[in-house]
Amino acid sequence: MSGFLQNTFNGLVGGAFYALLALGLAVIFGMLRVVNFAHGAFYMLGAFGAYVLLAEAGVPFWAALVIMPLALGLLGMVLERAVIHRLTRLDPLYNFLLTFGLTLILQDLVKSRYGVQSSPYATPAELSGTVDFGLFDFPTYRVFILGFTVLLCVAVWWVLGRTRVGMVVRAATERPELTRAFGIDVGRWVTPVFGFGIALAGLAGVLAAPMRAVNPLMGADLIIVVFAVVVIGGLGSIFGSVAAGFGIGLIQAWGEAYLSDFPIVSQTVVFVVMAAVLLWRPAGLFGREEAPA
Amino acid sequence: MTSAVDTPAEESARPAPPSGLLTVARAPGWVRYALLAAGLVVALWLPNGLYPAVAVDILCWALFAVSVDLLLGFTGLMSFGHAAFWGTSAYVTGLVAIHAGLPFPAAVLAGALAAALLALPIGYLAVKRTGIYFAMVTLAFAQMVYYVANEWRSVTQGENGLQGVPREFFGTDLSDDYYFYYAILPIVVLGLLAAWRIVHSPFGRVLVGIRDNPARARALGYPVHRYKLTAFVLSGFLAGLGGGLFAVGHRFVSLDVLHWTTSGKAVIVVVLGGIGTLWGGVLGAALVVRLEDWLSFSGFEAIGLVTGGIFVLVVLLFRRGIWGTVAHLARRRAAARRR
Repeated sequence: MSGFLQNTFNGLVGGAFYALLALGLAVIFGMLRVVNFAHGAFYMLGAFGAYVLLAEAGVPFWAALVIMPLALGLLGMVLERAVIHRLTRLDPLYNFLLTFGLTLILQDLVKSRYGVQSSPYATPAELSGTVDFGLFDFPTYRVFILGFTVLLCVAVWWVLGRTRVGMVVRAATERPELTRAFGIDVGRWVTPVFGFGIALAGLAGVLAAPMRAVNPLMGADLIIVVFAVVVIGGLGSIFGSVAAGFGIGLIQAWGEAYLSDFPIVSQTVVFVVMAAVLLWRPAGLFGREEAPA
Repeated sequence: MTSAVDTPAEESARPAPPSGLLTVARAPGWVRYALLAAGLVVALWLPNGLYPAVAVDILCWALFAVSVDLLLGFTGLMSFGHAAFWGTSAYVTGLVAIHAGLPFPAAVLAGALAAALLALPIGYLAVKRTGIYFAMVTLAFAQMVYYVANEWRSVTQGENGLQGVPREFFGTDLSDDYYFYYAILPIVVLGLLAAWRIVHSPFGRVLVGIRDNPARARALGYPVHRYKLTAFVLSGFLAGLGGGLFAVGHRFVSLDVLHWTTSGKAVIVVVLGGIGTLWGGVLGAALVVRLEDWLSFSGFEAIGLVTGGIFVLVVLLFRRGIWGTVAHLARRRAAARRR
């Protein structure tokens, strides 16, 4: 029993990263109709930034947790203004290609400066050790990640559902023309929302630094899995994306624990689930029928 | 979203045909024959002007690009996972060539058939979505194939790759890339002709109709999903043809052939050459392969910077691609003359 609980906990922690990335993708997609391939690259930059800040400037984890999302969010806003903006009127495929190109560039920039080997990042002292849950012990840092992510998702959900900004964003997502007709300046929110989505990716990266190998390629493989996650959840649905993220994390962790003789299972289960969802509900578990894309 | 820079309306991912709904752009007869003749001359001359190994790569990538354009340009589906077919065929071709000792065309055919077989289930699922979702779904399935190949070390040799793929052809010595180029040229030309034939067949016209207006095609009674799936499988076969030749050409298959960057590169080759132009993909392949060879020859490490830069620049500034731009200018001149 305690083993099962522990695996479940691990799955939720793994799912937290999917959820954070899927949340950012979904928010950006809702507002801009852009599927941001570079999302994984920004996650990598978040982790790498935290590592470089600590190694070269002695900036601790907690400061990096604030600095990196802000810096990357800003970078995202600049990119949105400079390039992505120019293509939002065209078929979304063009921005997909553009952000794919950006991914290659960002990855190679980091690679040529720091190489491809993984760099270690120490868990912050306040969060080392374990928490005793009675039935099992669990690393404090992972408990922190899970709690932090859940709080963040709830906060985003609250902002979207209960504040004026959220109302504008939701309205602009559903009916951009009509929202504009009501005299609301939709364009004003596009850049901040993009920056916010990128900041979430950067935040996920900083959170990942003490737990996962920090290297230039850490984001690319992850983002493809996150694409499968949002296809499962339905990219148009923010709740669906987050739920699918946690769900896939759970399934992967269980697969890893109980089918450990077949490592391929935990790697590919997300794609099998995606295939099943495409058969059963092509629009995604929480998606509406073929959103205009 | 607002105040975007002015872009001509016709520049969407699926370029609107110049006239009429179901036409495919075609130059006047003599222009086409002249271009065809020039293309054949260049193809016959190529290994004399370039490193033969590079010329071989160009042929393989030309097939790959055309297979992607068949979907992107003529069916309106952007596959971002075509490395799955290119790479699967490379592995199957390599395995057949190594273990069965068949002449290389037979091994390549086996590889291409395996790719088409794989395209069937992936395509069946992927055509349930369109647009950007189709790209994500194909990308995801290709990544699944990559993981499987990576784990299935007893067959694929994992990170070491398949080594020593033979260039067996009834005892003929094809170890020189120069002669090997001429050995595969007929196969590649056949593949390109097949793509051309598909595009200009009644079946191809229906695909273009689906691309331009899926609802109308459905209303006219065409089983849209089945047409898309057929196009997907044919495209997978052509990509497999290229991938198999690539494996024999390099005598080696590594996991790179299945990597997502390979899928992305195929798409940008098509965009650079011109979406929906078929031959543009051949041009794009020649340019990109040549450029990458030149970069690695001059010891430039960060090739991704250049490929990524090409991506960004082409998508921002050159969406018609080379062939598309030339055709566009020619059409404008012809229209001006008529006036």
